[in-house]
Amino acid sequence: MTEPKKMNMIEAINAALHAACEANPKVLALGEDLADNEEGGVIGVTKGLSTKFGTDRIKSTPISEQAIMGAAIGASLVGYRPVAEIMLMNFVTVAMDMITNHAAKLRFMSGGQTNVPIVIRTMTGSGFSQGGQHSDYLEAWFAHTAGIKVVAPSTPADAYGLMLSAIEDDDPVMFIESLPLYWTPGEVDFKPVPLGKAKISREGSDVTIISYATGAVHALAAAEKLAKDGISAEVIDLRTISPWDRETVFASVSKTGRAVVVHEAVKEYGVGAEISAVLHEQLWDKLKGPVQRVGGAYSPVPFSKPLEQAFAPNPASIIAAVKVALG
Amino acid sequence: MSNYPKPDAATLLDIYKKAALIRFNDERVIKEMTAGKLIMPFYSTQGQEIIPSSVAANLTDDDYICTIYRGVHDMLAKGFPLEALWGELAGRVNGSCKGKGGPMHLTYPKKGMMVTTGVVGSSMPIAVGLGWAAKLDGKGQVSIANFGDGASNIGAFHESLNMAALWDLPVIFICQNNRYAEHTSFANSTKVERIAIRAASYGMEGVTVNGNDPDEMYGAVKVAVERARAGEGPTLIEAMTFRFNGHLVGDAAHYIPREELAAAKERDPVPALRKRLLADGVAREADLDGIEAEIKAAIDAAVIAAFAAELPDVAELKRDVFAHELA
Repeated sequence: MTEPKKMNMIEAINAALHAACEANPKVLALGEDLADNEEGGVIGVTKGLSTKFGTDRIKSTPISEQAIMGAAIGASLVGYRPVAEIMLMNFVTVAMDMITNHAAKLRFMSGGQTNVPIVIRTMTGSGFSQGGQHSDYLEAWFAHTAGIKVVAPSTPADAYGLMLSAIEDDDPVMFIESLPLYWTPGEVDFKPVPLGKAKISREGSDVTIISYATGAVHALAAAEKLAKDGISAEVIDLRTISPWDRETVFASVSKTGRAVVVHEAVKEYGVGAEISAVLHEQLWDKLKGPVQRVGGAYSPVPFSKPLEQAFAPNPASIIAAVKVALG
Repeated sequence: MSNYPKPDAATLLDIYKKAALIRFNDERVIKEMTAGKLIMPFYSTQGQEIIPSSVAANLTDDDYICTIYRGVHDMLAKGFPLEALWGELAGRVNGSCKGKGGPMHLTYPKKGMMVTTGVVGSSMPIAVGLGWAAKLDGKGQVSIANFGDGASNIGAFHESLNMAALWDLPVIFICQNNRYAEHTSFANSTKVERIAIRAASYGMEGVTVNGNDPDEMYGAVKVAVERARAGEGPTLIEAMTFRFNGHLVGDAAHYIPREELAAAKERDPVPALRKRLLADGVAREADLDGIEAEIKAAIDAAVIAAFAAELPDVAELKRDVFAHELA
């Protein structure tokens, strides 16, 4: 459609929401502070939408996470495509009944008579000294829930393309926006990115690093440094966490024989555990060593800077895990 | 209360037909459960029949309702087909939800029955969303949220009423106050004597009516529906009633004082309405006998059809989880 353009993730998601609202009058958006009267969102992701598409479709809401989700679910049951913002991922805890008991299950429990085509936008990530209730990655909770898809882009182009696909998808999609990546510019080609399709963001032959969101950025930095040591790492950015792209991951790990899974969410019981288990089950004969996992520490996200830095994975911890994987 | 518009004779007879259907059906469900033919949690609606029958007399198939696990009466009154109901109760393929939802998730969108939830009060936020959709569509539809007195103490009650009032949505909150929240009496769970007074704190109309009186119940709903269709916002209707059975079948309800229950059964609203129809000359004994025999025959046929129908294929486990079956 448009010429490729350099923009950051805030601008890319904003552009995708504008395009989706323009293309389909059934697309709605709601959330706290979301309309222009409230400055178009606390970070400005939804700036301009309410002015362009009106406050009937684009609504700032009271601080009512359950009602926000319920309003989105209800409207979606009869043909609308609401994009509901839960400002921070930790706040989804307040609306879990609506999300996991209802959004994720209504299609199945109704025998396919109804469906819930909503997108739940939420942002998170450590690095801003926000402590234990404003920083968590909780994607494993939703990936563990049948009936909801989970995506987490790491670049503006993917954020744009995944948002378009998430809105068009007939199932609920949890769309995780990584706070530390919001301001990193990148080339956006304004093309949809299919859900469930990973991206090989760097080719390599010795080891496969599988990640998403901030982890995918750290993985690329780690691969860069590893290359200087003569280690060729392939980096896969899953983009969609559930359902994850087994085909791409299997092909890569079959080639390299070694894998490291990286995410900022705590390692224990996480997405990395699932991917690692599946790789061991399915590719046992191709693996040259056990799959390694790098994740957040098994603790709440801490406040104090040295603790916060020690909590999250970084290129150095990924490099260390790669070296273990290589034996 | 006497200012409410009253149902005419034909409407009153229609309310009785629905109430009788609900009562006979409930008795039949318990009979089949006692015989060991239906295995499920079942939340009897005996004693509450007049409420949904009077509500439904004010609705069309295009109006939306959401209800809760104790909601078969709401569904039958709105026109849920008996065969689809019994198929679902029996977990058969001819159930409305292909046997995948069961008694707590009855759904029939063709007649506006969008959600039955197994979670106390979760009907409310979703009904708000349906109300938002109805307002956007501008066709004068209303959205009904059914829930109990216990649900008026959950957080989502507050969020939903506030949002519906704030946005002037055509939502009617029907609190069926049956005096017990599971095992706990109204007095032991709620400080105020009337839930309807809470409406004032959301800036909406709130009324308490005798839900077992078809005149009051029909009239209060009619006023609320007209208000909603006119774009004048939501209403909270507290319908006073009494639950004749325990929380669910198998609960002997020792926590309900015997004399309280006996007094309520003394005022059983279904035979009371029957008596009134005869006294007012709306119908003759023979007419009502005929109507009742027809209802029982229809239930019989649905029960027979349900038990004759196939059980679902295990392949259904993978279907309707998402729009497209995952590999």
